[in-house]
Amino acid sequence: MPAREPKQRSHTFEEVALGFGVDQAIEEANRCLSCKKPKCVDGCPVMVDIPNFIEAVRNGNLSDAAHILKEKNSLPAVCGRVCPQENQCEGLCIIGKKHEPVAIGALERFVADWEAAHIDGSSVVHPKPFGKKVAVIGCGPGGLTCAGDLAKMGYRVTIFEAFHDTGGVLRYGIPEFRLPKEIVDREVNYVKSLGVEIELNMVIGKIHTIAELMESGFEAVFIAVGAGAPVFMGIPGENLIGVYSANEFLTRVNLMKAYCMEEYDTPVITARKVAVIGAGNVAMDAARVALRLGADEVTIVYRRTEAEMPARLEEIHHAKEEGIQFQLLTNPKQILGDDKNRVCGMECIRMELGDRDEGGRRRPVPIEDSEFKIDCDMVIPALGNKANPLLTRNTPGLELNKWGNIIADEKTGATNIPGVFAGGDIVIGAATVIEAMGAGKRAAFAIDRYLRGASLDAEEELSGLPAEKQGA
Amino acid sequence: MIRILTKKTLVPKIKEYVVEAPLIARKARPGNFVLVRVDPKGERIPLTIADSDNGQGTITLVVQEIGKTTTMMGTLEEGAELLDLVGPLGKDREAPPGGQVIGFVSGGLGVAPMYPQTKACYQAGNRVISILGARNKDLLFWMDRIEAISHETYIATDDGSFGIHAYAAQVLEDLIQKGTRFDEVISIGPVPHMKACTNVCKKHGIPVVVSLNPIMVDGTGMCGGCRVTVHGQTYYACVDGPEFDGSGVDFDELSARQRTYLSFEADSLLHYQEEMEGKKHQCALNPAK
Ligand SMILES: Cc1cc2nc3c(=O)[nH]c(=O)nc-3n(C[C@H](O)[C@H](O)[C@H](O)COP(=O)(O)OP(=O)(O)OC[C@H]3O[C@@H](n4cnc5c(N)ncnc54)[C@H](O)[C@@H]3O)c2cc1C
Ligand code: FES
Repeated sequence: MPAREPKQRSHTFEEVALGFGVDQAIEEANRCLSCKKPKCVDGCPVMVDIPNFIEAVRNGNLSDAAHILKEKNSLPAVCGRVCPQENQCEGLCIIGKKHEPVAIGALERFVADWEAAHIDGSSVVHPKPFGKKVAVIGCGPGGLTCAGDLAKMGYRVTIFEAFHDTGGVLRYGIPEFRLPKEIVDREVNYVKSLGVEIELNMVIGKIHTIAELMESGFEAVFIAVGAGAPVFMGIPGENLIGVYSANEFLTRVNLMKAYCMEEYDTPVITARKVAVIGAGNVAMDAARVALRLGADEVTIVYRRTEAEMPARLEEIHHAKEEGIQFQLLTNPKQILGDDKNRVCGMECIRMELGDRDEGGRRRPVPIEDSEFKIDCDMVIPALGNKANPLLTRNTPGLELNKWGNIIADEKTGATNIPGVFAGGDIVIGAATVIEAMGAGKRAAFAIDRYLRGASLDAEEELSGLPAEKQGA
Repeated sequence: MIRILTKKTLVPKIKEYVVEAPLIARKARPGNFVLVRVDPKGERIPLTIADSDNGQGTITLVVQEIGKTTTMMGTLEEGAELLDLVGPLGKDREAPPGGQVIGFVSGGLGVAPMYPQTKACYQAGNRVISILGARNKDLLFWMDRIEAISHETYIATDDGSFGIHAYAAQVLEDLIQKGTRFDEVISIGPVPHMKACTNVCKKHGIPVVVSLNPIMVDGTGMCGGCRVTVHGQTYYACVDGPEFDGSGVDFDELSARQRTYLSFEADSLLHYQEEMEGKKHQCALNPAK
């Protein structure tokens, strides 16, 4: 996919990937073999009918293509941009065995953007929901998907969101240059147009408990509060000034718009040399944001090798192009501070890959006496997120696993409390947008069955989602 | 609708707002705070709930104008609305069951966040001894309110312009020396004030609770920006506090972290004042937005 010049883009928050034009899209669609038994669909957690939407693109029927996409995926413009396609649809593409797989993600993005530009969705008047009331907690991709699907079935849905804005991680985590906030607004407006109410500034567990919501007339609840608690390393120096969790750094910049300090009031420290610890999407985002805020040098510090880096391939590729440095097989031991309590460096140790762990990944082990110092004045641990206990702590009786994630049925999202469902990062741990959406979708079907008094387990009736695909 | 019902200037630059917030008023407990935003481009700032009235559906906020957000809030008049208000946040603090001697020692603005706890403690049947400290007599407020819910009240100013000429912590020390037996002391105010009170209590083996006010963003345990060290362990003040056992708090780390953005904050206030005079500022990284 075409992208902005690395040199130029590393100083702005404008979107990096530029997307296909019509001709390019059709050319790419022509590469698809229209397999009879398409493997790609198996890789998609929400089972988009990929060969058919690509076929429509090939024939130039873009509004049909959009329609096919939206049947299964309510946020295609988002997914086209942030899904880890190489592990999902594109990873299973037959052509990919010998050549580049069909660029399914880029095509999805193209179709969604074409639709937004050419079809005025605002003229479509959706029927006003009439049915029972359902509360959705959290306005990230999981909550938005569940709410949208329930509203389409006629339920009256209210989303309660803790922040003063919508979108969850799509808004405060993933930066503008990767997912323009205009697109998040568009998707949220679509869900609102279906009749979903969104109440902001509502921290559930504090202002209302789940029991109170149910007493006040909500007959079912879907919990999609995300993971939402930063992980630190527990090494000395983590409370120095200049150490930010990726969550704090990205929230300051993305949600509170600290990158426009001329206009917006929330500040963020500007640093000369930044070390970002970790190599997932969150780490790549934090590194590339730090670069755009004006750092001279940004280094990803990761204890394994490039092959194990969990970030999307495209992000790693873009980060390298922009000049992000990589210190691989390196683990931090302590963060060093000056007399003003500010970060002035980080002591690290070199690692090597040892035996395989239960998951089959080779375990990194420290090499004795290989300590060395990295020069930096900001450190961003980006080690993922764990379950935030704020809501669960205030929901007596709700079953959690040993890490504090809610235990919910894979197929239905049902928790141990009748009428309470859960999905997304709060259930499976920090994962992906599309998995959260898949969980939201499955829960919407299950909530519908629950409210109609049907058994949750009647798989064949879960509207076209074969059971074996649901635990993806 | 988060309407400001009444606004009062308590002392220059410190204002009291009564805000319409029925859902928060219903849940507010001593120790809780809210986050406020007054402008679409503004920060989220934490403010302690200084009082609440479930019947009226209101909460009371006391705000000292120091940075841009608090200064902007100061320009809002009765009938105006706050942009965002989220809460109640923070741990609830239970009052001792009764029959104990509890000292409440405030410094400066600390008297406002101290009020709900003092009231709860008094109503639960404890003996309440309050000490209010301020830099000078012009910065003292709510003396009558505190007197009404205290068995003994002492007022002290750093410069002697009113009441006892001493720091509040010194008054606490003197009371202990003269034989007052405190079961617990709660100290709220600027970091040096809480540190001084903690030192007094530690010396005499009295349990001491302090209310920490680090910089916050979300207030829900999501960012970790509000982390503080207590007894060598890291806690998030917004969800694990804001109240902690003073004897374990690393006050020096807290004051260093509070100063993280001092220069930015000064710039931001200056910009605001310039804009009020008609100067425009625009973002260089993303001019479209
Ligand atoms: C920086 C970053 C980059 C990422 N990049 C990618 C990527 O490229 N591709 C990808 O697929 N995935 C990516 N992810 C992961 C992906 O964003 C998450 O898996 C996904 O957003 C989870 O969705 P969710 O709906 O479960 O929760 P979230 O998106 O976390 O939304 C939860 C919402 O609930 C709200 N909430 C929390 N507690 C409460 C409460 N008590 N009451 C009310 N509301 C509450 C939160 O404020 C939030 O808005 C990234 C994550 C981060 C942080
Ligand atoms: S303010 Fe973000 S964790 Fe406390």
